[in-house]
Amino acid sequence: MSHIDPDAAWSLHPQVSVRPEPFGALLYHFGTRKLSFLKDRTLLTVVEGLADAATARAACRAAGVADEHLPTYLRALGTLAESEMLVERAA
Amino acid sequence: MSLIDAPVRTVHSTRTDVPVGAPPPASMRLVDHFERGLDAPICLTWELTYACNLSCVHCLSSSGRRDPRELSTDECKAVIDELERMQVFYVNIGGGEPTVRSDFWELLDYATAHHVGVKFSTNGIKITPGVAAKLAANDYVDVQISLDGATAEVNDVVRGPRSYETALRALQNLSDAGMKNFKISVVCTRQNIPQLDEFKAIADRYGAQLRLTRLRPSGRGADVWDELHPTQAQQRELYDWLVAHGEDVLTGDSFFHLSAYGQALPGLNLCGAGRVVCLIDPIGDVYACPFAIHEEFLAGNVRGGGGFQEVWRESELFTRLREPQSGGACTSCQFFDTCKGGCMAAKFFTGLPLDGPDPECVQGYGEELLNDRAASVKAGKLEVPRHSGDHSHRTSPPRERSNLGPVRLTLSRRQDLQAPPVSACAEDPLAGFTANSTDGIATKESGADRHHQGGFRSDLA
Repeated sequence: MSHIDPDAAWSLHPQVSVRPEPFGALLYHFGTRKLSFLKDRTLLTVVEGLADAATARAACRAAGVADEHLPTYLRALGTLAESEMLVERAA
Repeated sequence: MSLIDAPVRTVHSTRTDVPVGAPPPASMRLVDHFERGLDAPICLTWELTYACNLSCVHCLSSSGRRDPRELSTDECKAVIDELERMQVFYVNIGGGEPTVRSDFWELLDYATAHHVGVKFSTNGIKITPGVAAKLAANDYVDVQISLDGATAEVNDVVRGPRSYETALRALQNLSDAGMKNFKISVVCTRQNIPQLDEFKAIADRYGAQLRLTRLRPSGRGADVWDELHPTQAQQRELYDWLVAHGEDVLTGDSFFHLSAYGQALPGLNLCGAGRVVCLIDPIGDVYACPFAIHEEFLAGNVRGGGGFQEVWRESELFTRLREPQSGGACTSCQFFDTCKGGCMAAKFFTGLPLDGPDPECVQGYGEELLNDRAASVKAGKLEVPRHSGDHSHRTSPPRERSNLGPVRLTLSRRQDLQAPPVSACAEDPLAGFTANSTDGIATKESGADRHHQGGFRSDLA
């Protein structure tokens, strides 16, 4: 499982569509045609906040993720980055 | 099946406790959420027309002739608007042959401009180099070329003369246009399962991805299912092949009944009918699944006041399908959790109970039931349900003509008519009138009469 740089700025891939669901969210990438499920509303908040946050770490904090849980959330973001759902952007 | 081809990733934060300010982690498995249904389908199948240039013997929708009640261009666009509002990621467009609709390309552009991705299935008849170039330029379009044999011999028996040639020409055009990752869609049959490696080689040759799906006894498929469906040994062969190829080969989640062999295949592995997928047919009827065109699985019509959304969210049928299902006779089977009793449509159209084993149950329980069924049908005690609304060409599959020889006929003129028949309003007021004059305006020659009428009619036209 890959990690993302927590101090870099990230955003959703422009071809990714997000649909919130009671259990979290569905993500669909129109380029790779991959489907991902976010099983957690907090993770959805993090993902949605990425574009406006200076760093991935800041997006997690803004979503209310406690420091001790940061690694697990960053790992989840890493999984999304691996499947090209997230892309690094210029800060 | 869930019809979903997309490789699926579940992403969660694997926490053991809950961070401050965040809701508790979901305890339900994802598949449980799906079984209870979503507010909108993940994707859906939309058959745009029942018209088709081919007459495949196993056609799931018994297509051929256009239905005069087909949704108009504007009605289709209204459905697309609704799908956009509901955030349906993409539609699988099929038919019939969807590209024979004259507004097909317009609807395709409309959908992709409205953030509804399109994957359409075609036999390739309209995939010219020009069309292929247009398709290659649109990121939101995916094309699926149907091919049911890796050789013309195997393919054309099922799909019709020269359909192999048509499909391969389309593949060549797409490949030449630089289209990447389009699909070759194969319905697995007894005749083509020995060709799996050859199919893969064809896909690789054109830079395409192979998609294998299950033959269902739906539509005309019911008529040929006994001869075409894979044997038990072939099912095992197919399963092993799919396991070996993993996510490289798509299945539309259609072989989850094979998971009872052991390892689950990639995909959601559930019947998504009315839960995460459904079918909109050419006249706007909404069915639980594209393989279940029968009034028992009809949930409503998009032409109703509440549109598609109301049918999806409130129909009595879909509500029922989202309730926990009884496994019936399968509950005690140790593989029930993986195969879930198999495919609802396959059971229904083979006359098996819906809460029992799939006709192709890998444990062989379906086969026993099928034998009993055959006896009951023969004794007249059981009637197997038939597909609703047959749109097959009236002359197909072609009638047996081999022993008739050429049809002999003699062309002649009807003796009782002076001129070809015309409609009442185009009838020359002087028709049949013969003047007793010699000034040349009218003569007894019927040829002159016809000449006059011909001129009259072309003015009207």
